[in-house]
Amino acid sequence: MSNRLDQAFARLKEQGEKALIAYIMAGDPSLAETEQLVLELERAGADIIELGVPFSDPIADGPVIQKAAERALRSGTSLRKILATVTALRTRTKIPLVLMAYYNSIHAFGESDFCRAASRAGVDGLIVPDMPPEEAGGLDAEAGKAGICVIYLLAPTSTPDRRAMVARRSRGFVYYVSLTGITGAKLTDLDGVKKNVENIRKATTVPVAVGFGVATPDDAAKVGATADGVIVGSAIVRQIGDHQHDSRMAEHVGRFVRTLKAALPRCAVA
Amino acid sequence: MPALLELEQAYLKARKDRRFQAEFQYYLKHYVGRPTPLYFAGRLTKKLGGAKIYLKREDLCHTGAHKINNAIGQALLAKRMGKPRVIAETGAGQHGVAVATVAAMFGLQSEIYMGTEDMQRQALNVFRMRLLGSTVTGVDAGSRTLKDAISQAMRDWTTNVGTTHYILGSVLGAHPYPMMIRDFQAVIGRETRKQILSAEKRLPDHLVACVGGGSNSIGLFHAFIKDRKVRMTGVEAAGLGIESGKHAARFAGGRPGVLHGTMTYLLQDDDGQVNLTHSVSAGLDYAAVGPEHSYYHDLQRVQYTSATDEEALSAFDLLAREEGIAPALESAHAIAEVVKLAPRMKKSQVIVVNLSGRGDKDVNQIARIKGVTL
Repeated sequence: MSNRLDQAFARLKEQGEKALIAYIMAGDPSLAETEQLVLELERAGADIIELGVPFSDPIADGPVIQKAAERALRSGTSLRKILATVTALRTRTKIPLVLMAYYNSIHAFGESDFCRAASRAGVDGLIVPDMPPEEAGGLDAEAGKAGICVIYLLAPTSTPDRRAMVARRSRGFVYYVSLTGITGAKLTDLDGVKKNVENIRKATTVPVAVGFGVATPDDAAKVGATADGVIVGSAIVRQIGDHQHDSRMAEHVGRFVRTLKAALPRCAVA
Repeated sequence: MPALLELEQAYLKARKDRRFQAEFQYYLKHYVGRPTPLYFAGRLTKKLGGAKIYLKREDLCHTGAHKINNAIGQALLAKRMGKPRVIAETGAGQHGVAVATVAAMFGLQSEIYMGTEDMQRQALNVFRMRLLGSTVTGVDAGSRTLKDAISQAMRDWTTNVGTTHYILGSVLGAHPYPMMIRDFQAVIGRETRKQILSAEKRLPDHLVACVGGGSNSIGLFHAFIKDRKVRMTGVEAAGLGIESGKHAARFAGGRPGVLHGTMTYLLQDDDGQVNLTHSVSAGLDYAAVGPEHSYYHDLQRVQYTSATDEEALSAFDLLAREEGIAPALESAHAIAEVVKLAPRMKKSQVIVVNLSGRGDKDVNQIARIKGVTL
């Protein structure tokens, strides 16, 4: 149990807590503010931070994150600069950091170079939404060598065979997408989420986190009742967008994230 | 991914199913009007003073371009898969019009995504799609052209996959799309082969077609790939010139990358961000190219070249005046290559160029460029 993701989930389990995974777009509105935001999110109770890598054509993302990516690209953000920010953050925090990057950013960097550089910087996990596990052999191997967890996505449409394969391949946690759709859509089928999370658990011992459509403390409470962790992206990114010109932006965001963490259910300690 | 697997299974089954193929052929013949003529362009040949030039008249297909071949195939597949709704992206509007048309004919609900920049360039086609009963939704993101329309259509498909089939319009995207769309367009080359053998008693020396995503060109080339003596040229959009950086010539300015689920030559910066492209023709204005073209490029089976906006516009004039045929601006890029190629060839040699669409849709834009108020 060497990596920070496994450690975080183990600690939370011991304490009877669910993981709050907070997504922000790196470089939105600037990388200096991203650094500040990561520390603020940690103080506010986030257990794991997902950093989006801005891409020109984010096909899995809804309008809120698309706009954040545009802001980040306008501020000159690149994967290399994000890794420099992670390096800087590692002198100040041990919170698990997961990058969510579209594959072309990694391809342009070079799979092997990227995994080594990310590991050196202190990245713990990697989500590549446009890379199905069937095509990910090379990246998986490089990430494995570098000690980075590759986290795969499962959707409501995933068949049982696929569910088993994806669950087996995921490291750190399995990312269950709560709905068929894009980030920032509305959560509707809680029963479906519950059933699918239970099915995923049968296939793996890796924790299951649920994302897409988790926007409010109420959503977090409901999803947290079944999953090991909840992932909140668009709702946080919207706060950043709304307060981007406000000098107390990080505080606003922190206040919102506190309400999410407070809503997560606590179970009796085993 | 499950959606792609479902589609692949459905298509592979349909491909082997005689009833599906017979139904497809029926609509190609009676609805699209196939076979399209292979026309000997005598005056253009004389004017250029070299090889004999034949035009494969895809512009005479119902709706005015080759796009409908694929739209019919995929609409039939959508019906087989029990999906009552189809969506599509469109650049020049030709694919959107084709999908709106077949959706009307098969009684399917349809929604077409189009970049707002393209909606402005192709206002006539936007109105046509609406007349046909489709919803046209503007995409105001990124470059506001084809690639952003594809992204938005993919987001819709992901969201509504239970009821919706995404009719992608070119040999792009993730498997099985490039293969399936090539199969639906391969009728162009099969007909051409028969027609040229009957007219010239031999195979052509050279095939020419424009390459946006690359469906009309793959459609023409595919039946000739194994004929090593038949040379092939794909023509990309050089826009304002390759050196200007404002173009869509992937083989001249791109390198392999991944966009929309496929690895192929891609116009991108050092960080892998997709570049903005430019072409006078919306149908060629896309940063990536069909992966099969990348394969033929690397094998050197097909040569890829490019024509500028200016060359395409003057080729449009030339064909209109010499042959009484106004080509789509996309197809005018192929004609521009013929203008360079034919005079260098012998009079006994034969070029077939795919006239993939007609130019009616571009008349307003050409007037604007020429400074004419209609």
